[in-house]
Amino acid sequence: MPRKRRPKLAVWKFASCDGCQLSLLDCEDELLTIAGELEISYFVEASKAVVKGPYDISLVEGSIAAPHDLERIQHVRQISKFVMPIGACATAGGIQGLRNFAKVENYIPLVYARPQVIEALETSTPISAHVPVDFELQGCPINKRQLVEVVSALLQGRKPVVSPHSVCMECKMRGNICVQVALGIPCLGPVTHAGCGAICPTYQRGCYGCYGPKETPNTASLSAWFSQRLGVTEPELLRLFRTFNAGAEPFRQESEAHDH
Amino acid sequence: MPSKGQNTRTIKVDYLARVEGEGALHIKIKEGAVAGMQLQIWEPPRFFEAFLRGRYFTEAPDITARICGICPVAYQMSSVHALEDALGVQVDGPLRALRRLIYCGEWIESHALHLFMLHAPDFLGYDDSLRMARDHPELVKMGLQLKKVGNQLVALVGGREIHPINVRVGGFYRVPTKAELAPLAERLKWARDAAVKTVAWVGGFTFPDHEMDYEFVALRHPDEYPFNAGRLVSNRGLDLEVRDYEEHFQEEHIPYTHALHSVLQGRGAYFVGPLARYNLNFDRLPPLAQEAARQAGLGPVCSNPFQSIIVRAVEILHAVDEALRLIESYEMPDAPAVKLEVRAGAGCGCTEAPRGILYHRYRLDEAGLIQEAKIVPPTSQNQKSIEEDLRRFVTGHLDLPQDQLTWQCEQMIRNYDPCISCATHFLKLKLEGE
Repeated sequence: MPRKRRPKLAVWKFASCDGCQLSLLDCEDELLTIAGELEISYFVEASKAVVKGPYDISLVEGSIAAPHDLERIQHVRQISKFVMPIGACATAGGIQGLRNFAKVENYIPLVYARPQVIEALETSTPISAHVPVDFELQGCPINKRQLVEVVSALLQGRKPVVSPHSVCMECKMRGNICVQVALGIPCLGPVTHAGCGAICPTYQRGCYGCYGPKETPNTASLSAWFSQRLGVTEPELLRLFRTFNAGAEPFRQESEAHDH
Repeated sequence: MPSKGQNTRTIKVDYLARVEGEGALHIKIKEGAVAGMQLQIWEPPRFFEAFLRGRYFTEAPDITARICGICPVAYQMSSVHALEDALGVQVDGPLRALRRLIYCGEWIESHALHLFMLHAPDFLGYDDSLRMARDHPELVKMGLQLKKVGNQLVALVGGREIHPINVRVGGFYRVPTKAELAPLAERLKWARDAAVKTVAWVGGFTFPDHEMDYEFVALRHPDEYPFNAGRLVSNRGLDLEVRDYEEHFQEEHIPYTHALHSVLQGRGAYFVGPLARYNLNFDRLPPLAQEAARQAGLGPVCSNPFQSIIVRAVEILHAVDEALRLIESYEMPDAPAVKLEVRAGAGCGCTEAPRGILYHRYRLDEAGLIQEAKIVPPTSQNQKSIEEDLRRFVTGHLDLPQDQLTWQCEQMIRNYDPCISCATHFLKLKLEGE
């Protein structure tokens, strides 16, 4: 029987730090196997060679933050069968999405040496705000194990196993003592999507929400706990929810509830 | 369209491959001379220095790490040093050693990534390391395993490889035990041998003839090859405290790029990164690394940026050796961080990112909120040197066929391991009314 055509993988970059696509190169033990199963067809950070589209899988890193990217993301959608935004920039607008909360009238007259040559949109938005997406992988940065799992699932034609539960579940599975209950450290674990392996509580600090909201998070209740029991102030609550996933809906609403 | 006479040539690379971030190169040649040269960086600006204002100082290492997924530790190190300077505290002893250790990990992973996956394919004529792996599987596997050792170091000390969570102003959230570090020593012993082999391997490459009289700038420490501390020195007599940085270095906004160019006042372009560190600190390398460099044909000074691949290999060897030394002499500190007292103040810090010096300055109010932040990454400091290099190189190699000249121009850019994501983050903003 003839060998089936290897699916074509493309990796696209928008406004980002490169860390999520680096996760693919960080699969030191799996990379050569992945390259055997997939044809890595477009991956500018890793290769000069470009295989023409259409592509079976497009991993999209970064947020839409510059005018020319508005068209580019449409093009990516058109030539891709499966579009998967990876990381907080692509799924929530990223840390550069903090500009969305700034008073725009203060941003417009920002004085550059040559303001006429700066090409930036006033907002930084996730990929899903511009095109339909097929699966989102959250995290700042994403977890490379989850990336390998999703790609493997696609190759095998099954549903990826990426649990939407909270960091608390992972923390319990690691056998950690709760930093919030035992040490009084504010921790976003109860409302944050799993995937990192609960590293912050494992290192004796509170989760700072870099994986974005879990499924149905009760952020208001957590904020009330923080302020009533731990004395967290309103400006601190605002900052806690307004970081790498500030644009994710539940976190955006919660930070705005404390923006007085 | 202007007519293209025989004497006009254009070198155009729309997407620079195998660099971090997105940029393009346009060179116009007229009558045997370079008439136009633009290294364009069109990564969208991300405005870090603007939104750092109003954040609490403890957030700076977490936020600035996101400038670069490849060298987040460098951003964390420069930010914690600058903030500790502002708060008037110093971090010494085992905590300082742990900071050196995590930095060793970042140098190893970042240099191994660049050397094996981004740069070596140029010398051997491959489009990428995966294609190179078909003919040289053992070498590419060795490179990936070296990179992995670096990542394991960062992950153990920092919690994870990309955007570590354990670095904090004053020290760490949690420090490792001696027993936790021990298994890594075994991996590092393997890595030391692999690094020696790597130096010998890249030393055997063929290098285009290209030497220029650069002003190299790096940190220099009384007895260490520099990571986190030292004076800023150059091969032309510069010798300053880090706090005097802004009196001597200046940024210019060039119309065709989203990154500022940095220049030495009254002197112009300068060169930072592995080559600069090596040339200014050869005598601070351990004997093992010095010897490997000599065997690979390098003297104590190297002015050919194509040979920076050898220097990166030598620095991997140094970082592996240093990490082993740090693990062997490690004693767990009593507390994971020094105590901080919040106060108003300003401070700066400069450390050696894999790509060269990275400068941060912050001003805090009495509540510890950031009022002002300034960040100067290495790639913006090298940009002017890259362009001058290209100008000189193209002028001297006009006889090369177009494909080859274009490839070598790209290779010339990759010599600097430019991180375009870093260079772009920092378009300076001034808010109205200031």
